[in-house]
Amino acid sequence: MSRLDTPRDARLDGTADGELGPSAVSPKAMASGRSSPSADVAVRIVGTLALVGVAATVWLGLFVTPNAVDYADGTVRLLYIHPPLAWVMYVAYGMATLSSLLYLWPRTRHARFDRLAGASAEVGVVFTGLTLVTGSIWGRTTWGVWWTWDPLLTTTALLFVLYLGYLALRNVPGDDETVARRSAIAGLIAFLDVPIVFFSVSWWRSLHQPPTVDLASRHLYVHGSMAWTLLLGFVSFTLTYSWLVVHRYRLAVLRAREEHEGLEVALAERWAEAVK
Amino acid sequence: MWRDALLVCGKDLRIEARSRIGLNQIAPFAAAVLLLFGLALGPDRQALEPAAAGLFWIAVLLSVVLAVQRSFALESSDSARDGLRLSGLDPAGIFLGKGAAIVAQLLVLEALLTAGVALLFGARLSGGLVLLAACVTASIGLAAVGVVYGVVSSGLRVRETLLPLLLLPVTAPVLLGATKAWNAALAGTPAHAGIWLSLLAIFAILYVAVGIVAFGPLLEDS
Amino acid sequence: MAPAVILREAVALADRFPLLAGVTLEVGEGEIVHLSGPNGAGKSSLLRLCCGLLALRSGEGVVLGHDLGVDRREVRSAVAYLGHSSLLYEQLTVEENLRFALRASGAGTAEASRRTSIAMARLGLTGRLSATPVGKLSAGQRRRTAIAVVFGRQPRLWLLDEPHAGLDHDARGLLDEIVTEARAGGATVMLSSHELESAGALADRVVQLAGGRVVAAADGATRETPLSAEAANPPRITKTPEVAGSARPALDCPPEAVHVA
Repeated sequence: MSRLDTPRDARLDGTADGELGPSAVSPKAMASGRSSPSADVAVRIVGTLALVGVAATVWLGLFVTPNAVDYADGTVRLLYIHPPLAWVMYVAYGMATLSSLLYLWPRTRHARFDRLAGASAEVGVVFTGLTLVTGSIWGRTTWGVWWTWDPLLTTTALLFVLYLGYLALRNVPGDDETVARRSAIAGLIAFLDVPIVFFSVSWWRSLHQPPTVDLASRHLYVHGSMAWTLLLGFVSFTLTYSWLVVHRYRLAVLRAREEHEGLEVALAERWAEAVK
Repeated sequence: MWRDALLVCGKDLRIEARSRIGLNQIAPFAAAVLLLFGLALGPDRQALEPAAAGLFWIAVLLSVVLAVQRSFALESSDSARDGLRLSGLDPAGIFLGKGAAIVAQLLVLEALLTAGVALLFGARLSGGLVLLAACVTASIGLAAVGVVYGVVSSGLRVRETLLPLLLLPVTAPVLLGATKAWNAALAGTPAHAGIWLSLLAIFAILYVAVGIVAFGPLLEDS
Repeated sequence: MAPAVILREAVALADRFPLLAGVTLEVGEGEIVHLSGPNGAGKSSLLRLCCGLLALRSGEGVVLGHDLGVDRREVRSAVAYLGHSSLLYEQLTVEENLRFALRASGAGTAEASRRTSIAMARLGLTGRLSATPVGKLSAGQRRRTAIAVVFGRQPRLWLLDEPHAGLDHDARGLLDEIVTEARAGGATVMLSSHELESAGALADRVVQLAGGRVVAAADGATRETPLSAEAANPPRITKTPEVAGSARPALDCPPEAVHVA
């Protein structure tokens, strides 16, 4: 009966690397889902840098950099936030897709990739929402309309709805492995759609009559302090994304641990049912 | 795989022939959608005629959701997936079979809606070949994505609300492409539809491939 | 002869609820096993696990040589399952349903037709009945159609969930005959039933389930072997640091062979 000696794959519920079990970390740290003291320090540093960076971007953007010539007063300052937000959105979705792939690939299948995908997608959706809002504000202050059917903005809006659907699917109840696999496949399918959506919307705009408003065709001389501020914006928002994902990931670990313990309790109760 | 696909397609179409849900419920639903569009945007033909293609395709999109739900509901009330899993059929074959059955129903529906659009919105039908090509490629793409998301949501209690939410955003490119192709044809310049038809074809090929690969694992879940 | 079904501390879930909380069971080939127990004990879940519909969360399970933890799909071609709800298509006739089910499970067109006729004849679904849509049949007739599907597939393992439910006296006799014939043909049968007398007479062994696991087994005669005395704790699923080397979950319960020959 050698078949029975093959162990069940415990990587799938995350128990294989002690993520859910006792570890060397203090109980207090365990209670918040952290994995090791050095990683903890690193995350704190990232968080601090992110906060400082974002604050600096805002300050520089609002007060230090000059107004651009052909913009209404002050609207160019959105430049320091809007593209970084969009950039993070792509990073987030890309990360979610990569994690989904890693989860589905048999060699690298592990619960941590599923949690990472979920965390990244959630943060991504938040940043997408912010991208849409800042894009809309830009349109409003520059051209007086709250919405333009600009290719990028429209694609972003579609991505927003697409990934909201993905998150809705993740929230449907089921055991971890099922949800993970289902979400990973759905995530990949959604991601496959992204380039198609982008190209179709671009063609839709470009083959139509010239639009009255078009965010992509701005001429902008970005130099000097503007360039530095923009760069700072990219960096600090990326750091913010990382920090948010780490914390969302920890939350997922805690939730999985809770479910695990709940399962043990349920097993014990079920067992007791029989001994009557 | 092909044998199973034929088997499933035949079974689905035979059930449809007997129950006539598509004819009695989905087609009237689509017609009602067109009518409601007319009420909302009309009665002035000025507003309706240019929008005819778009409204047509939105009606088709909404009907696809119903058709997919029906396709899985007919399997057996609560345990749609159990039956399919136990049957011994090749999952890729099930995907192709169900998809093909939906495409067949969609084509019939689109024929009816074309008449409806010509009648209600005064669309002048020209460039028939392009119209047909758009219908075929778009239907294949829609059915493919539909069956994939359909199997995901079929086992869940939230399926009625989840399926539209998952399906409609993904099909946005199809809506765009098909509408543009139809606009080109209806405006008498079918040559301009080329790029849109290729978009539709790419979408269809891509998602049929995805379905063949992903349907099996998705069917297994839970 | 290798056992048809081997389960060790099998745990299966529905969301977070443990349907099976550590089932240990062995069924030899050619045996007829009767699963009995109160509602909610896990009889249906056990049958579903054995046909690969339920995922194995922890523990081990091997059915007809196929490991349930590795690939549940493989199992399904060799087993047939009769469940509570019928998996038949309402709009298709009895004959069409049978033919579809047999062709789906791999039979060629001619073979499927042949087996369809045999199955319909055996289950008394001939004449006008065979051309009636399943939706218009009575509950008993539907049950018989579902049994005909199982019969037609001629599987090595029969998994029958409350097969006697909804059948009249004659039909029950017929079912018992069919099950006995199946066993004579080398198939293994696991059936669950609330009816102790009829199923008990049919079966070689009666296995009692409660709380998602096996609590007793009897050998058709009156001898009862309660197992709960030794099984003091539910199976643990977490990995403890002591066994950090392997990926195998720690088991506090000694695996027991329930095989009471």
